[in-house]
Amino acid sequence: MASYSTNEFKGGLKIMLDGDPYTIVENEFVKPGKGQAFNRVRVRNLKTGRTVEKTFKSGETVEAADVMDTELQYLYNDGEFWHFMDEATFEQIAADKAAVGDQAVWLKEQDKCVVTLWNGVPLSVTPPNFVELTIVETDPGVRGDTATGGTKPAYMDTGAVVKVPLFIEQGEVIKCDTRSGEYVSRVKE
Amino acid sequence: MTDQGLPSAGAQALYLRARLYSAIRDYFARQAVLEVETPVLSHAAVTDPAIHSFALPVAGQTCYLHTSPEFPMKRLLAAGSGDIYQICRVFRDGERGRNHNPEFAMLEWYRVGFDHHELMREVDDLLHQVWPGSAPGPSRYLSYAGAVRQATGFLPWELDGERIAEILRRHGTEPPDMGDDIDGWLDLLITHVVAPGFEPDCLTFIYDYPASQAALARVRDDGEVALAERFEVYYGERELGNGFHELNRSAEQRARFEADNAKREAQGLPLMPADERLLATLDKLPDCAGVAIGLDRLLMVIGAYQSIDEVLSFDFDRA
Repeated sequence: MASYSTNEFKGGLKIMLDGDPYTIVENEFVKPGKGQAFNRVRVRNLKTGRTVEKTFKSGETVEAADVMDTELQYLYNDGEFWHFMDEATFEQIAADKAAVGDQAVWLKEQDKCVVTLWNGVPLSVTPPNFVELTIVETDPGVRGDTATGGTKPAYMDTGAVVKVPLFIEQGEVIKCDTRSGEYVSRVKE
Repeated sequence: MTDQGLPSAGAQALYLRARLYSAIRDYFARQAVLEVETPVLSHAAVTDPAIHSFALPVAGQTCYLHTSPEFPMKRLLAAGSGDIYQICRVFRDGERGRNHNPEFAMLEWYRVGFDHHELMREVDDLLHQVWPGSAPGPSRYLSYAGAVRQATGFLPWELDGERIAEILRRHGTEPPDMGDDIDGWLDLLITHVVAPGFEPDCLTFIYDYPASQAALARVRDDGEVALAERFEVYYGERELGNGFHELNRSAEQRARFEADNAKREAQGLPLMPADERLLATLDKLPDCAGVAIGLDRLLMVIGAYQSIDEVLSFDFDRA
């Protein structure tokens, strides 16, 4: 198994700690002039998303996590798994609920997503920053009201619920930011 | 290469450095302390297991870049130089980060007849005199034991690895297992808990270290606990320098070098050739105190720079 020494530590490096894959968020070299050197790191657990701080003796080695990001096309959900395809090899891969998590509501068929694989198995799914979704249900639009800044909930074809301005109508396609879950704009068809 | 050959420091940092060096030289000229130069390349090296010298072959022989000018400066003192100072670049392998560069600038000076308390006062005075703009407020002076007790409620000799690990976890970090290396545990405590609690915009002096961390300082054993007559100076939580009331007993120094090499052997580190020339003259070293200040760190705190790269004309990645 590959391993990294603390002097290779940097943001984004994927390492194994207590059996879980982690990504290094921040690495700081700490050393008193006369004394032991340490690497003080903030690491994010790629399974739970939790960030913790851990200090290593400089020179220690840590097992590398076989984690890699792949860009795959989202195909469909069969009720249990979300299926993705590598557009170059046509190889398909299925992600379970634990990997997809709350991101499921932003997955639109044919969109390209980043699927993070750990030992070849999906660990997490990151949808595109912006997706275009169709509103399947919302209160009737208030015509001409573009100024009051009021919003109402709208239900998307993927299951997402997004606050939209009052003038937006059912059946319209809107652009959403998947990181904040916010409405961005109308999409003119 | 993404830096396209450009410097890492801006014009202001270069200007600050030139102005600082000139102020330091003026200060020592007023005090009649002599500026000296000593070899950067040496046959012997530091034995401290936590300091790594660069080794390089010179005419078929392994030589070392100095990690501080301490040994030859002490040989000058032993030969009767009187008070001396030096500004030079020193080299330490494996040290790179926001506060570290493998090559850095050091100011080191020695005062004959001073102990570590008198030298701390002079460091305090010098830093206030050479500080461009508004100098830091009144300095704090704390013994090592007092600083540890202030931060943790315990005296250093009341602590063991288990207790320190618990304190570190309470401060939000999972520590490495330092085993029975109590000085390693104390280093963790100082860097993660004690120093971050220092007053942010002033100098803090910490003195009288555990005897096991004496390095080249005298050890005083007049009470229940033996203490090293050593001090460190911090600005906020950033360590700026380290000083000693200098040990001048050759036999004791030799025993410490040998103990360092025994630790090196246990850790699988290369053994270092002790400086026999230093040991040959150390008994003649006059009663004195010496200190080394990292000038890049000092520039960082003067100019409120977040990274050492910003004060180096070219940081190591661009060198």
